[in-house]
Amino acid sequence: MTIVELPPHGDDRTGRPVLEVDELTVTFARKGEQPTHAVDGVSFSVAPGETVGLVGESGCGKSVTSLAIMGLLPRRGVQVGGSVRFDGHELLGASDRTLRRMRGADMAMVFQDPLSSLNPTVPIGTQVTEVLFEHREMSRKEAVDEATRLLDRVGIPDPARRLKEYPHQLSGGMRQRALIAMALACSPRLLIADEPTTALDVTIQAQILELLRELVVDSGTALVMITHDLGVVAGLCDRVHVMYAGRIIESADRHDLFARPRQPYTGGLLASVPRLDGARGVPLHPIRGSARDVIPWTEGCAFAPRCDNAQDDCLTEVAGSTVPLELDGPGRELRCRHPLEYPRSPAGATASGAAR
Amino acid sequence: MTAVPAAESTAADPLLRVEGLQVHFPIKRGVFFDRTVGHVRAVDGVDLSITRGSTYGLVGESGCGKSTLGRAVLRLVEPTAGRVFFDGTDVASLQGEPLRTIRRRMQMVFQDPLGSLDPRQNVESLLAEPLHAHGLGGGKEGIAQRIRTLLDSVGLPSAALRRYPHEFSGGQRQRIGIARAISLEPDLLIADEPVSALDVSVQAQVVNLLEELQERLGLTYLVIAHDLAVVKHISDVVGVMYLGSLVEQAPSDVLYAEPLHPYSRALMSAVPVPDPVVEESRERILLAGDLPSPANPPSGCRFHTRCPWRQETRCDDEVPVLRELGPAHLVSCHWAEEIRDGVLRPRSAEEVAATMGVSVRPTGVADIESDALVQGVDQPIERT
Repeated sequence: MTIVELPPHGDDRTGRPVLEVDELTVTFARKGEQPTHAVDGVSFSVAPGETVGLVGESGCGKSVTSLAIMGLLPRRGVQVGGSVRFDGHELLGASDRTLRRMRGADMAMVFQDPLSSLNPTVPIGTQVTEVLFEHREMSRKEAVDEATRLLDRVGIPDPARRLKEYPHQLSGGMRQRALIAMALACSPRLLIADEPTTALDVTIQAQILELLRELVVDSGTALVMITHDLGVVAGLCDRVHVMYAGRIIESADRHDLFARPRQPYTGGLLASVPRLDGARGVPLHPIRGSARDVIPWTEGCAFAPRCDNAQDDCLTEVAGSTVPLELDGPGRELRCRHPLEYPRSPAGATASGAAR
Repeated sequence: MTAVPAAESTAADPLLRVEGLQVHFPIKRGVFFDRTVGHVRAVDGVDLSITRGSTYGLVGESGCGKSTLGRAVLRLVEPTAGRVFFDGTDVASLQGEPLRTIRRRMQMVFQDPLGSLDPRQNVESLLAEPLHAHGLGGGKEGIAQRIRTLLDSVGLPSAALRRYPHEFSGGQRQRIGIARAISLEPDLLIADEPVSALDVSVQAQVVNLLEELQERLGLTYLVIAHDLAVVKHISDVVGVMYLGSLVEQAPSDVLYAEPLHPYSRALMSAVPVPDPVVEESRERILLAGDLPSPANPPSGCRFHTRCPWRQETRCDDEVPVLRELGPAHLVSCHWAEEIRDGVLRPRSAEEVAATMGVSVRPTGVADIESDALVQGVDQPIERT
């Protein structure tokens, strides 16, 4: 069995998705400044055992989305709108106590930088057992045994000794494993991994991805994978949402997405990464400009200034509505007025060929 | 000049030749007296040569000594032993003025574009400084003229002159760093992780710029990076480093088509490919554990603690030397031929871990018969 065989829309099989995000908006406001719409109407859902990828470059709002879901954004100066439902329960506006009870127990998060997300002054063991005391009300001895088992499960050698060590004594890969162990302590039903492998070397990255993949298959955890690495997405995610300037601009099944990217941004991303299995000497096709060159969504398509397919109606607002996220074939959604077309038969198109 | 006089160079001569380069950093302990208790062998005996106008790519994981090697070539860190010949001159033995002069011809592009630019200098002053320092450019007008041409060649508007580094995006900052490096018309450009701090869509712009400049100015590159796909894309020859020494060196296409050293194989197989079809069918070799400490490297072959192909004999106690196994294909592994021909079978990462006291969760261990450890990697592991 592979995770691929799970249906892309788990919700029509198992009934209810674990997480439903509906029209989530996050606005940062500062006195005397224009408010920033970091996340602007993002909707998606995750079913048990499903892996959903949020892909985008820095500044596209993918991490803010995850923080908003977990309720970890500061209260001050931040407005969160829309709806986030975990198992049908609304999380936005829930009390701190409710959230605290759920975080760690029902939903957990793995952060990008393992060194700064662990407390440097406290041994690993104390940090792992803290979760167990808090949510599973274990005795001290039980908790230590359980922590040893957890560290062993994520592949940390000699776990009993490691429990007494401090974060700086562990290597980067082991710190990330310890963080994953903490996240898994209460077998959460939802795991959000925010760039879990970006700070790691490729051989360690392969180990960590394998661990996450196995976790999803074994325990049916719903996984939200936030990354900028298209290679990671291709190997891990069932469904992929591509974000740009705070909105989802394309979502599709991973096979569809990589074989026939429709949004010029997705196509551009695929064409601009050199591939290890590709031919040498083929020039790369970068996307013009940088992620700074965006226009507000209210004035058209944010990607239009960098887009090769852009036409006049991308830049000016037509009929007073922003470019909508529309259905685009089975299981696909697209926010674009002039998407990439594929005259060739879809079966013959490979990802490298399709991306120009 | 104090050094060997520069021989009349011919095109066939390598521009840069490194012989037995070692860089060891002392580990100091003690409150009143600094006792040296050991050495971190960051670079431990590396030989390489780069021909004129070509690109040499150096890959390896963090901590393998690739950046230190690049810095030692420029004498930004002092080599402990070994020689670095640049255009026939031994850079490692130069002192004072001759060293400064030769540095004009070897420039560096750094990883962090913001950290390597002075935040209080505007672009004009950043680019003029190297010209002033080497007395080039010919007066005020000459320098101004030259800076404009430079900005043009890296694709920045001349309006950038009066602006400061923080006003630019990451990609633009890296362009400024490249402009500064080529302002002295160097022969050799050492690029240490030139694109790893940049966004994916911008990386390609900088890679293309580097290629275009090489073509136009006839530059020779030493590109140091951990991203194998980028290195493959721009390099003619690639060297793979592990714990301070080269384990394999080959022309780019050959290396990626048929990596011979076990470490290169594992490294190649760990890179995710942005294509689900490839991802599902690709062979993957998971390594056991982490990089050992360079302060106390393993005996014999340094990779033997993680190697799936480790043999009972030779690997533990005999240091392998670089051998030529094909045209310009150097490998330092005792068993490279046997592994290539499939005589030796890899063991699973779990077995390696068990014998070496480290642990990792591997994949696809069911079928050890296959050369590549893994078939159908996306399958979950049977757990007891």
